[in-house]
Amino acid sequence: MMHGETAPPGAAAPVFYVTDEEGHHSEGSTMLGFWLYLMSDCLIFATLFATYGVLGRSYAAGPSPKDLFELPAIALNTAMLLFSSITYGFAMLEMDRDDQRKTQIWLAITGLFGVAFVALEIREFVHLFHEGAPPWRSAFLSSFYTLVSTHGLHVSFGILWLVTLMVQVHKYGLVVANKRRLMCLSMFWHFLDLVWIGVFTVVYLIGVLE
Amino acid sequence: MSSPAAHADAQIQHAHGQHAHGQDAHDAHNEGGHGSFKSYMTGFVLSVILTVIPFWLVMGNVLDNSLVTTLVVLALGGVQMVVHVVYFLHMNTKSEGGWTFMALIFTVTLVVIMLSGTVWVMHHLNKNMMPMSAGDVLHKMP
Repeated sequence: MMHGETAPPGAAAPVFYVTDEEGHHSEGSTMLGFWLYLMSDCLIFATLFATYGVLGRSYAAGPSPKDLFELPAIALNTAMLLFSSITYGFAMLEMDRDDQRKTQIWLAITGLFGVAFVALEIREFVHLFHEGAPPWRSAFLSSFYTLVSTHGLHVSFGILWLVTLMVQVHKYGLVVANKRRLMCLSMFWHFLDLVWIGVFTVVYLIGVLE
Repeated sequence: MSSPAAHADAQIQHAHGQHAHGQDAHDAHNEGGHGSFKSYMTGFVLSVILTVIPFWLVMGNVLDNSLVTTLVVLALGGVQMVVHVVYFLHMNTKSEGGWTFMALIFTVTLVVIMLSGTVWVMHHLNKNMMPMSAGDVLHKMP
């Protein structure tokens, strides 16, 4: 109408937008959207790291990282998360081959490694409480617990998500929707392992050094 | 840096394998990129090495200078993060038409500015504050 050309009566109504978005399938945009979520999650962790960077040396005459942290336990924790990352990778490779049974087995192993990680972290926190290092003891401990337990909560919810998806795959098989969900969880899981690299480097290793 | 090239190679091989299957469902989410067994194992082995070295440096007190150890441990952590992004998250400059990479660059820029700025500003604030005497500190303790 803007062009001054009126369609003859009975002609199909003109279409001013692309009805069929070719090359914009839902999987592609889901992955991009989920990636953007991960990046925003990354900003949350960055603010917590910055807080720890500012407050991490304020002991208020309380215990310091050197008094508290046991590096062998942290190394074990790190190994659990790293193993869970590679087993999730194997689950994705089996998913590519449409082998539902093996996918489920690898997902279960991944979940067990995740549970081991969270259990070790809870054990560490209990130990710290007994050592007289609760979150309210000093600014260092407040920022430490906030950072590490935010990561631990993410892993816990990741395990919940993993179990949910295992039930989904069990019920409906490796359909396209379930594959898409498993891809999202894969990114989430690997991202958490990435954040843990920052945690063990900045909080534990460098904390014990000084 | 030969690792991105090796990764791209692995992806091409992977894509070929998928076309050989001829499954449309696979092609539909090929964009996300799954990587192959080889690329996952490469990432895993590199991660193990890059984890063991910093733990060994700190637990074994290998270097006398703790500042050098700190810098080395930080650098190794940074390298391991890149390894994870490339081999586990399958990040490359082309997936999703480059938008995931753009988002990553944007986020990394924000994080670097925010982290370094916070630590820098707060360190100087702390240094230049009015000094408190030991008596004041004790008095103000909860």
